[in-house]
Order: sequence, then C-alpha cells, then structure tokens
Amino acid sequence: MSQPFRLNKEGLINRKKKISFTFNGKKLFGYEGDTIASALIANGIHLVGRSFKYHRPRGFFGAGVEEPNAKLQVEFNGHSEPNVNATEMELVEGLSATSQNCWPSVNFDIGAINNFLKMFFPAGFYYKTFMWPKSFWYKIYEPFIRKAAGLGVASIEKDKERYEHKFEYCDLLVTGSGPSGLASAYAAAKNGAKVILAEDKPRFGGTLLTDDVSIDNLSGKDWAEKIITELKSMPNVTVKNRSQVFGYYDHNMLVMFERVSDHLEKKSKFTPRQRLWYIRAKETILSTGSIERPIVFGNNDTPGIFLSAAAKEYMKVYGVLVGKKPLIFTNNDSAYETALEFKKNNVEPIILDTREEHSSELIDEAKSKGIDIRFSHGVIVANGYKKVKSAKIGKLNKDKNSFEKIETVDCDCICVSGFWTPSVHLASQSGNKLKYEEKIDAFIPDKKKQHETSVGAANGSFTLEESLKHGFENGSNLSAKITETKTEISIPNVNEKKYGAHDKFWCMPLPKNENPKRFVDFQNDVSVSDIEIALREGYRSIEHVKRYTTLGMATDQGRTSNLNGLQLVSNIENKIVPEVGHTTFRPPFTPITIGTIVGREVGMEYMPTRKTPMHEWHEKNNAVFVDAGAWKRPRYYKQGSETLFEASKREAKNVRENVGICDVTTLGKIDIKGPDAAEFLNRVYTNAWMKLPVGKARYGLMLREDGIVMDDGTTTRISENHYHMTTTTAQAANVLSHLEYYLQIVWPELNVNVVSTTEQWAGAAIAGPKSRDMLSKLYPELDVSNDALPFMGYKEAEFFGVPSRIFRISFSGELAYEINVKSDHGMFMWEKMMEVGKEFGNQPYGTEALSTLRIEMGHVAGPELDGRTIPSDVSLNGLVSKKKDFIGKNSLGREAFNVESRQKIVGLIPIDRKSSIPEGSHIVQDQNAKLPNPKLGHVSSSCWSVENNNPFSLAIMKDGKNMIGKKFFAVSPLKNKSIEVEVISSHYVDPEGKRVRS
Amino acid sequence: MLYIKCPYCGLRAQKEFSYGGDATVKRPNINEEVSSEDWDNFVYMRKSPRGKHIELWQHIAGCRQWIKVQRDTATHEIFQTAKVTEEIR
Ligand SMILES: [Zn+2]
Repeated sequence: MSQPFRLNKEGLINRKKKISFTFNGKKLFGYEGDTIASALIANGIHLVGRSFKYHRPRGFFGAGVEEPNAKLQVEFNGHSEPNVNATEMELVEGLSATSQNCWPSVNFDIGAINNFLKMFFPAGFYYKTFMWPKSFWYKIYEPFIRKAAGLGVASIEKDKERYEHKFEYCDLLVTGSGPSGLASAYAAAKNGAKVILAEDKPRFGGTLLTDDVSIDNLSGKDWAEKIITELKSMPNVTVKNRSQVFGYYDHNMLVMFERVSDHLEKKSKFTPRQRLWYIRAKETILSTGSIERPIVFGNNDTPGIFLSAAAKEYMKVYGVLVGKKPLIFTNNDSAYETALEFKKNNVEPIILDTREEHSSELIDEAKSKGIDIRFSHGVIVANGYKKVKSAKIGKLNKDKNSFEKIETVDCDCICVSGFWTPSVHLASQSGNKLKYEEKIDAFIPDKKKQHETSVGAANGSFTLEESLKHGFENGSNLSAKITETKTEISIPNVNEKKYGAHDKFWCMPLPKNENPKRFVDFQNDVSVSDIEIALREGYRSIEHVKRYTTLGMATDQGRTSNLNGLQLVSNIENKIVPEVGHTTFRPPFTPITIGTIVGREVGMEYMPTRKTPMHEWHEKNNAVFVDAGAWKRPRYYKQGSETLFEASKREAKNVRENVGICDVTTLGKIDIKGPDAAEFLNRVYTNAWMKLPVGKARYGLMLREDGIVMDDGTTTRISENHYHMTTTTAQAANVLSHLEYYLQIVWPELNVNVVSTTEQWAGAAIAGPKSRDMLSKLYPELDVSNDALPFMGYKEAEFFGVPSRIFRISFSGELAYEINVKSDHGMFMWEKMMEVGKEFGNQPYGTEALSTLRIEMGHVAGPELDGRTIPSDVSLNGLVSKKKDFIGKNSLGREAFNVESRQKIVGLIPIDRKSSIPEGSHIVQDQNAKLPNPKLGHVSSSCWSVENNNPFSLAIMKDGKNMIGKKFFAVSPLKNKSIEVEVISSHYVDPEGKRVRS
Repeated sequence: MLYIKCPYCGLRAQKEFSYGGDATVKRPNINEEVSSEDWDNFVYMRKSPRGKHIELWQHIAGCRQWIKVQRDTATHEIFQTAKVTEEIR
C-alpha cells in the first residue's frame, strides 16, 4: 500500500482520495489528480513497455504530450483502448493498464532478441529485407511484420460511448494557459472580446505550476488561479481544460479535442466521452509553450532516464520522486531548477554540465546549497538493463569530442536537458514558414500566414517577464482591433531567476571501441547509426531521411527527436540546420480517437433517413426496405417464408395480370413556373417542348453538355406557365442544381423559377390491366376512359375529398396511372387504394418487381444511363430533335459517338432458359480465350421475366444491333459463372408499346 | 474548411456549398453555329492554374444561388466573392 517514491506533502494531487488501479495485473494505489505515469512512478515502477523494433525495455521519459515511450493498453469504463499515453491519462478508480508490444511479459520479452540481432534491423530494413522473393510476402513477411510491429490492440467491440461535434465562433482563441496564454486571454477579455482559452492539461497554468517565480507577490500557481477564476466569471470567456487544439486549418479554422468525461467516476447517459470543436477564430494566440529536448548519449533509452523538466513536474505537481540518486545532465541553466527541487526534498543530485565552469544566478544558488556540480561533464553511457543503475560519465576536453577523464557513478535516474524547442506545430500548420533561431538552436514562427500570433516560449521567448509582456500586448492589440475597445492593463511585476547562456551541445561523443545504441527517436527506435546509414546510402532531403529511417514518424511526431535528428544530419552533411530544413508538421498534434472524428454520425445517424408518408404502412406489411440514396424504399413485401426472388416474381406477375400499386414518392419533383418555362424546357430536354398542350405529360431526356445522358423523366404542363417535372430518385438533387445553373448563369434572361417539391407530394403508381377499373372506383365522378384520359394525359380531381393529380404515365409498360396527393394525405391515399383495389386483385409491389417490369419492357434506368451512354446507345435517339438546339446537342456530332460499331442496348436470354445472368458480367465471344479476353459489352440489368418465365437481361454491347440472333458468353469471374446467351431485342415484352395506350 | 462569403447570406462554412468549376468559361450561345473547336474548348478544356482562380460555387444548403469566388488554388486564400451577374476584377 505504501508508495515508496511519493513525497510527504508536495504536489497538487488530492491525498484525501485514494484510487486503486492495476498495472499488468498488479493492484496499486495512487491519488486523485495523478496520471497513470505519476502513480506508477510513485510505486517505483519504471519498466512499462518494450520498444517498437528492438523490444528494449522502456520507461517514462516525459510528463505530458512529449512522452515517446509510455503507451499503454488501458481498460476502463468497459472498454479497452490501445496506445494511451500514460503521462496524460488521469487515474480513475478501477482502471487497468497493461504494457504493449511485449510477449509473454514486459519483464521477459522474446522479441528482445531483436536487440541482439541489431544488424538485422538497420535503417531501411523493411525496404531491403522484405523485397524478395515475392511469394514470401503474404505468408511470411506480412504476418511477421504485423506481429512484430504495431503497439496496442484495437478493440473489435462496438464503441458504446457517445461523442459529439461542436461548432464555435470567437474573436480570439488562445491555445495554452501558460503565462503568455493567460495574459493574452485576460487582456482580450478585458477588451470585451469573445475569448476561448484552451488548455490541454487538467490544470491551468502551464509552467507557472512548476517554476519558482512570483507575479505581483503571488506564486506563479496562485497568480494563474486568480486569473483563471476571473476569466471564468466573465460572460464573454470560455475556459476549457483537458482540451487540445490539435489542428490549424484554412481560413482560421482550428479543431480542438476535448476529453469530457474519461476522468469522471460517474457521468450521465448523455455526457459525451469526448467532443470535437470546430472553432472559427478571428485571431489566434498560439501559446503552446516549448518542449525540452534530450542530449543524446549511450543507452539513453534505459528506464529511469527522464527529461529534467519532467522530473521537476513529477515532484511539484504529483509529489513524486523519479529517483533518489539523480544525475542531472544538462547544457543549460533550467535543469538546475530540477536539481534545487531535489535538494529541497532532501535528495542529493549530481549535476553534469557540459559547459565550462562559469557562474549564473542559478549556478550560484546550487553551489551555495552544496550541490555537487561537475562542469565540462556529461553522461557517456547509462548502465542497467531494466533500470538505470549507474552511468559512465566523462570529463570533456576543450574540443568536446574527446575525454580528459572517464569514471562510473552510481545513480537511479538521469535527468537530461538539452535546452528547449518551441512547439511551433500550429503555426506551421497555418502555413507559417518557420525560421531558424540561432540563439536557441530551434525553429520559431516567421511572418504570419493566417491570423496566428505566437507568444511566449512557443515564439522562443523563455523568460517569464517577456512572455507576460508579449501576452498582454498581443491579447490587447488583437482584440482591440475587433472590439474597438481598449482597456489599460498594468503589466505585473515579475520575480524570476535569470538564466545564463546554454551550450550548443546535443550529442555525447563515444570513447574508442565503444558502440552502445544512442537513440534519437525513442518511439520508433531510430538511433544515430540509423541516420548515418541513411545518409551514407545517399538520402539527402530531410523528408527522405525521415521516411527511410522513420525518424519522427511515430505517434509522438518526433517532439523530442526532430531537432536532434536535424543536428545530426547537419553535422554529417556539414550544413547548417536551417539549410537541412524541417519536416512538415501535420495534425493531429497528439493521437485522437476515431470516435471523436466520427462524432454522432454513426449507425442510424450516419446520414438522414428519408421516409415516405406511407412508410409505416410498408413496415406493418412486412416490407423489406432498400436504400435509395437517403430514402428507404420497399424492395418487396414478404409473405410467409418467401424469398426476395419469389416475392418479386409474385408482385411483378400480379401487375401483369391484375393490378399493383407502388410507392413512387421518392421520384424527384421540380415545380417550374414562368412565362419562359416552355422555352427553358425546350433547351434542357433533347425533344421538342414548345407545343405540349396544357393537361399533357411528355417523356423527356436530358443530356450533359458532353452529350452523355444525364437523366430522364416526365414533365407535365399543369397550366399555361406551370410545369411539373419528375426526375429519377438518384438524380433529383443534381437535376435541380443543373436547372439553377442554367437559369442563374447561362440564361438569366429567361423568366423562369424552379423549386423542389419532392417532399410536398406523395405519389403512388397504379399499374396493370385492371388499373383503369380500379381508377374508376377511386374517382367515381371522373371519366377515366381512354378518350377522356389517354396515355400521357393529366387531370386534377378530388380523391375522396382531398385534392389530387392524376398522370397517365407508365414505367412498368402496363396500362398505368400515377396519383399525387399532398404528403399529409399520402397514407390516406394509400390505404384507400388498398381498400378499393381488393376486388381487382391489387397488391403492393416493391422496387425489385418494379425493376423486373421495366427490364423486360426494355425501359432504361440508372444501370443503362451510367454516365457513359448517349441517347442512341440506349435506343432513345427518337427523342433527339434535329430541328432545335439543346444542352449537349453539339457534342452528339462527335466522331466516336457515330461510328458504326458504337455500343447499343440489346437483350440477352440464356440458351438454357434457366441460368440467371449476373449483372456486371462481361460479354465475350469465346469463354476459353487467352486473357485478356476481348470484352464486347457488359450486362447492365437482369431479371426473371415473369411474362416469359425465364431469365432476361439488358446489356450494352458493341455494335449491338447487328449482333441480334448471335450467341456469346456472359462471364462473371466474380461469381465464377459463364453462361451461354443469345442476343435479342431489348424490348422483350410488348415491343410495340400497345399496353400503355390500351 | 473554407469560409466563404455568400453575397446573399454572408460568411458560411464550406459544408454549405458545392463546387462548380471555372467561372470564366462562357457557354456558346444557344441556337447559334459554333465551331467544333470552340465547342470542345467549352466542354473539355480547363486551365488548372496555381494561384488566383475565379470559380463557381453554389450555396446549396443556403440560398441556392450560384456565386463567383476568387480563390488561390494553392493557399485557399479567398480574395473576393460576387453574384454571378457581377464582375470580379
Ligand atoms: Zn447564400
């Protein structure tokens, strides 16, 4: 129960609340406010995983987003999540964490043999080794890589959690609540700006929580708390912790990932787990701070080696010691603060400073406290396999490339500091070309690209005074431009320690004949020698070196490795770092869950569901639905144990013999009005429209400008200047945009208005030889005779008291009518039809029967009008006017459209009259021909002809009309079928079209 | 995601718009003779400039108007938007 590395009182954790959890099956305790990392370190546990390539033991290295090693598989709230960063995930009761990338256990990992076969895994290993022979790939290489690579295991369970998206607008978005961020947000808020302040960590304040500073006589932490409290009380400010702005996109849109409830023990059913914010900000303050970079030395990946600031954060925030015998290895003053903090907690550190003996405020303080400081010193190699036990340290000669003295000292942790790297990812994502700042050996933002302003450490200013000043100034000026209000704020007095200059030293040399691994990128196991190999093999561009070695390509995006990698390349290449350049920063900054990206758009909410007014009736009557775009349409109405095939055959047969009704509400409907409506239709359709009388419908064909058929449908003249257009279900939206395009841009002089009325009308088709009899019962007062209501006729009449439109049009090829009533009356109409139709043998039919009916009639639909066919390909050239101009007409003269062997629609029947021909089959002359077998055409639609009781298909075939009577094979390698077929006319039933006119 | 100023509705997210291609292409007049070359140029030939480009967008989830947008194809910067009846210089 004791936590041997927990300090007695330090830290911001809640010691009153103990939290139990397990790690690799072992039951442990931490406190509320701990991360998994701080709780494990408090328990003396450092070995948490195995490295990616060599399976070397790995421990914690950082205390936040910079962590490259400590990625765990974590189970909590009933789900299992891989690659959780132990330094970020807050401890919750009952959480269970396990190590990844090791088998059978983290302590004994068979994969570690890779470490001893390291000549087997040089840079570019994957490219070189798995090239040949090809046959090895599938059975040997891929399973091997899959097993060896990858970190955690993704869950295969359905994610039961709730995720949300939120859209927000603000004047100023501040990313990071360190001193410069707080100052910016405060100044902008005082100017009345709408401010969002986002902090990635649970606690606000950034470095103010760990640095030994005071502001206006308050400690950094207390000042941060005061400012946050005030900001929270202001109505124009939104303050968000556990929220990381991870991407900077076009037009100042930033995306933020909020961890809403993983840290809560209890939450309501409707509390999301995580929330994605799309924030459109007028101005953005990037106060993302900086990340300490390591110095490279031998076995620098051994557990127990930390960044020096992380060691300080563990003490100050979590009250945890990363070790009791620390070595501090530094090239700058900031690590002295870590040493002083150890000292304050009665731990004696040794400081190894690569700089020659000199003096500064911090060095003097450390000296006066009696800390052992060794100048011109550094760690050569860490000893210990699963935990640091000692270190070989060396005194550097003046050239810093050889040693004056080498000795071994005992230690249980090494805290390393190679100076600071500004977090410039957001600035870079916004398009800012970064510039190399010699003074700090790192890149900082250059000229603004969008509305991003970097302040504080993110901009390379490492003093508190400067950070606050820049924060207040920028926050005030940027917001004043928007709100036109400027509130004077006095910049507070600051007390901080002055740092001396750092040493441009980033990699420890090796003594002769020693060759331990020196890692640059921990997460992807990229060592100094890997980068050397890449350069030796001719890779020059830093982007190529990155891909060949995988440097910086892991989930930590090289936060602790990029600059050291660049330094190495620049040393070997004898180029300065800015010439080598940096690789591209890409969102997200840290991994985010797929659930958050998807948000609420899952399952039924994936897209809107469109239901017709008769949907409930279909449901009650065993309809099996099919998706038609967003619509749900009945595919067939299942009776008893019927299959799709049986049901659709029954329904189609009933239409041919009696009468059936079909819900056709989903057809696109467009209302067209205006004195130039006829002229407009005449230009839009290929056929003539100027002489269509009122009360008549006409079938029309629409082309794109390139001559390809776009859509077909009927349009009816309701009154002098009023038309009702129908489109196919699939093309409804496109056709409306198409019409609007021509009316608004090409022919604005035409006085015509178009509007979609698809949702306003419910439609039902009545089809079959008995449809007129049924219609006369539906409209007892109306003359529905062939003379009064002929084919393509139109009438308006009351349907049992509600207004309705009657169109005599047919898709099934039978005598048929289509009735439209207002959507609200749809169900009433349908139920009446079912009631009245009984005596005529009426049955509802679905889309499958509808397809059967149109296919055997040779009516074309989507599969034939597939974006590749012109009117003559599908036997619709009779509808193409030679006299007038229309959209796409000029393209029809193209040579390729007029060659003799041009594709044409044909019908196919199997020779055996039994085998159904799969849609998509290719038509070939010889089924056994050598591949590639020349393709003569393809099967577009297939059905079981209810009229002739055998399979029938439509096909688009080269020189189709001259193939009639000939025999071919329809081959479907997908279904492993080859069927001998005969080419016949595409009009299999009623080729003269007598029935629709009867 | 782009932020597009519809001349009728104001600044709206790109999600509300659909793209409509080069706005400087002019369709040959209806009912007038056109050479095959001019027609082919109208149907098929488009420039793909790196930099300023005047293009059409339709505010489909808003006012349904087609509008002109002058945008930098490399940086996505939008310089100007206008009604289709207006000129962009
Ligand atoms: Zn608009």
